[in-house]
Amino acid sequence: MAWRSRNPAGRRRLNGSGSIVQFENVGLRYGTGAETLSDLTFSLKEGGFYFLTGPSGAGKTSLLKLLYLALRPSRGLIRLFGEDIVTMPRGRMPGFRRRIGVVFQEFRMVPHLSAFDNVALPLRVAGVEDKDLETPVREMLSWVGLADRASARPATLSGGEQQRVAIARAVIGRPELLVADEPTGNVDPEMALRLLHLFDSLNKLGTTVIVATHDLHLLARIQRAEMLRLDRGQIADPTGALRHPPKRPEA
Amino acid sequence: MKGGVRRFGKAERGLLPEGRLAGPMPWVIAIMMFLTVLAAAAGLGLAGAAARLDDQIGRRVTIQVVEANPRLREQQAEAAAAAIRPLPGVLAVRPVPQAEIEALLEPWIGAGGLESDLPVPALIDVDLAPEARGSLPRLRAAVAAVAPAARVDDNAQWLAPLASLIGALKWLAAGLVLLMVAATAATVVLAARAALDTHRATIEILHLMGATDVQVARLFQRRIALDALFGGLVGFIIAGAVLIALADRVSALGSELLGSAAIPPLGWAVLVGLPAFGVFLAMLVARLTILRALGRML
Repeated sequence: MAWRSRNPAGRRRLNGSGSIVQFENVGLRYGTGAETLSDLTFSLKEGGFYFLTGPSGAGKTSLLKLLYLALRPSRGLIRLFGEDIVTMPRGRMPGFRRRIGVVFQEFRMVPHLSAFDNVALPLRVAGVEDKDLETPVREMLSWVGLADRASARPATLSGGEQQRVAIARAVIGRPELLVADEPTGNVDPEMALRLLHLFDSLNKLGTTVIVATHDLHLLARIQRAEMLRLDRGQIADPTGALRHPPKRPEA
Repeated sequence: MKGGVRRFGKAERGLLPEGRLAGPMPWVIAIMMFLTVLAAAAGLGLAGAAARLDDQIGRRVTIQVVEANPRLREQQAEAAAAAIRPLPGVLAVRPVPQAEIEALLEPWIGAGGLESDLPVPALIDVDLAPEARGSLPRLRAAVAAVAPAARVDDNAQWLAPLASLIGALKWLAAGLVLLMVAATAATVVLAARAALDTHRATIEILHLMGATDVQVARLFQRRIALDALFGGLVGFIIAGAVLIALADRVSALGSELLGSAAIPPLGWAVLVGLPAFGVFLAMLVARLTILRALGRML
């Protein structure tokens, strides 16, 4: 991939804290039910690689939705890119969302668009001309092994292929923050490693990556990654500290 | 990547599925446009008729000299014409020629030899300036002084009920046009809401990618404008055909009153502009509806 390294000074305003994400006593409640997320306090360093783990129903997807600005918290403070997004006016949201790449658990392809057009979507939203789309989109499809499926509609793609299109779409805009919800859940182990390598490359170029996963093998593949474990809507580690993943198992 | 408003470019056409957005909306707009054009044409024609009625007949006074003796009748008619010519506000005085009077009466009493069998009043048409309508009593006095057998008929007086009816019909037509415009706007609101519901999943994805409300609204505006253009043109063409057919039948009648209801050139320009106005209205209403609905999403 012909990606350039980021210029942190040019685009980021993190108030000197070095944290791209800060949560303080964040709670999330759907309707009038019990809190899905409670008292979350943590921060993610700019340029870090994080795994978010925990059992099903722990609140991982809800936490990611807060991160990619699909929800606002019921209480607490969230700072993203150094700015308070809880009280942020709605009109400023699109600018922040364009800095975030998202791999949705359920893929969320636009059904009537081809794989090519789905991948090109973030660039089109950002105003990139059609003539400038062809090369990066083809390259990205090739990277995820779907060069020959560019014109296929989502309905004709397998679950694994749709997942790869979703990943290509999430990373094509070179986001500052990449949020991925079970990104390797529908692909074979070889493709899972290839995709993880893609995230790793992106991370080395400056993108902060947070991946929600159950796959313990993935956790061991990125040695510098840190782990955030959720259990019943709370950070499982009572100290709130981020732990390093277990050592890579010997072959 | 700033959060400013950008266009999606040519590719935006593909971001919503092809085909019409809201089912019957173009056909409802076609019906609305058909009725609007007919109502507007009626209003414009009646406005023209009212203006002509006022200009050509309403400012005219007719003097009748009812005298059985032809010589006296002619003397009094000449005297009356001479007396009113110098009065202020009198634009024209025209004694109606005998041949013209005979032609007027011919359908009722037959042709030729009127004078020998039946005394017919002498007629004088007087055209007044609009500001001279208040000086009618002076004109009556001047005529009475020289022609005791003369009677002054103010045309505006007997045309008043007709003018009032035409005025009421004109306003009724204007009211109908406004109702059609309101109904068209309501149709577009319903269609835009239906389209938003249908494409909610796509809109959410676009929002999460950083699309602004204006970008999303533009997608729908374009499609609704195309639907409105289609419906507007269909309605306009059918209404135009109906108007042309009606005009043919009216001219075949040869009625001066109906003929005076012709639509002026500016009126035709207004009618031709109605489909364009319909498209503009649909785009504006769609934009406002969609932006309002999007504003409720995160």
